[in-house]
Amino acid sequence: MHQWDFASVLANTDALAVGALGTLRIFAICLVAGLSLGLLVGLGRYSQRRAFYWPATAFVEFFRNTPVLVQIIWFYFALPILMPFSISPLAAASLGISLNSAAFSAEIYRGGIQSIDRGQWDGARALGMTFLQAMRRIILPQALKRMTPALTNRAIEIFKMSTLASAIAYVELLQQAKLIASLNFNPIEAYTAVAVIFFVFLWPLVQLTYVLERRLARDE
Amino acid sequence: MTILGVSGLTKRFGANTVIAGIDLDVKKGERIAVLGASGSGKSTLLRCLNFMEMPDAGTIALDGKVIGRRESELTLVRQRIGMVFQQFNLFPHMTALGNVMEGLRTVRRMSKPDARARAERELARVGLADKAAHYPAHLSGGQKQRVAIARALAMDPELLLFDEPTSALDPELVGEVLGVIRALAEEGRTMLLVTHELGFAYHVATRVIFLADGTIHEQGTPDEVLKHPRRERTQAFLARHKEFSL
Ligand SMILES: Nc1ncnc2c1ncn2[C@@H]1O[C@H](COP(=O)(O)OP(=O)(O)OP(=O)(O)O)[C@@H](O)[C@H]1O
Ligand SMILES: [Mg+2]
Repeated sequence: MHQWDFASVLANTDALAVGALGTLRIFAICLVAGLSLGLLVGLGRYSQRRAFYWPATAFVEFFRNTPVLVQIIWFYFALPILMPFSISPLAAASLGISLNSAAFSAEIYRGGIQSIDRGQWDGARALGMTFLQAMRRIILPQALKRMTPALTNRAIEIFKMSTLASAIAYVELLQQAKLIASLNFNPIEAYTAVAVIFFVFLWPLVQLTYVLERRLARDE
Repeated sequence: MTILGVSGLTKRFGANTVIAGIDLDVKKGERIAVLGASGSGKSTLLRCLNFMEMPDAGTIALDGKVIGRRESELTLVRQRIGMVFQQFNLFPHMTALGNVMEGLRTVRRMSKPDARARAERELARVGLADKAAHYPAHLSGGQKQRVAIARALAMDPELLLFDEPTSALDPELVGEVLGVIRALAEEGRTMLLVTHELGFAYHVATRVIFLADGTIHEQGTPDEVLKHPRRERTQAFLARHKEFSL
């Protein structure tokens, strides 16, 4: 019979709080970096010019088809061998997760941009707008609105992927749970607590995607 | 005075030669109605004139200066040539006022108060001063097209291109848009107008062009082309427009 021991989890709330901060920090970094780099790569994937299209395509294919965990470990251990500097766990994990998110969100951006009616380009260009002006003022604002549910899903994925950083001992929630479990011999309770914390963070976000999807369906 | 000089204009889509060497001089104040069967290349001709489609051969001169192919030059040319589309192509995420201000702000870099004042004037000119704050989704087709015309006019174009501006409208809304175009004609604006409203073309155009096989098959005054067409295909085309009443 298992002896439930949530008491020692509760006794370690400050450790969990530190972990939660670590999770939020890497989430914020990867969200901003991943989704902005994704926009650049997505524009490259949309471009007719080979000089933009091929590098962007290679990037997307590479990072979509290799595991994030492997990338994180690779950045952490291999990069310092190739470069004259060492890299922190936060930097290595952020790099891996951001590049992976950029690859996936690039395809969301590309699809969103392509879904905008050709007439919008016509209307913008007939006024004398350049490609970039039309993209920034006319195409992207409409495309982003359509992409919001998909991008919010990406955000949720990024949040959950942050746990992979524990593989290189970055201090986030899962890492702290490991720590608590090893000190108190209560892995089930420690990991349950982590699951609950993730749920509390993510549930509102998921609800938000539902609202956005419904609003979008109503507008169109 | 020639505003737009077109010479040897050719446009192909793959093996399909849509415009086969068209020469055309548009003089200041001229109003040219462009007629032709569906697929005869009317839209393509108009879109080549402001380089929304890249011609395969030929030259286009604006105010006597041949237009090159550099994008920076083309965006300047497009600022001087207004275009109005069959499907309006209004920006749905902007109000009517926002649509009219957009070119002034983004392209002309005009200050916000100046752009707003100018856009309000243009909306008033097309009779939509009271709809400035409305989004396109809340406007009728006729109102949308009038906003689109105001948007083009705000840029002070030397030449206006209309591509079937009333074809997407319910019949009862056609009149309000034609009314606006007629008022522009009376101001002496230079325009090319693709239309199936032959009665309107007859009364408003100074010249009528009939396109067939990618060339100007017949042209002349409205009276010559619409009432006394000399060529068989023009005659057949006009006969098909039964509702045609001058
Ligand atoms: N972007 C394109 N790619 C390939 N073919 C095209 C393209 N645009 C037009 N065409 C072809 O060129 C020809 C002329 O088309 P265009 O739209 O200029 O005709 P139109 O006279 O405006 O016809 P409508 O009265 O139906 O508007 C058609 O055969 C059409 O299929
Ligand atoms: Mg057409």
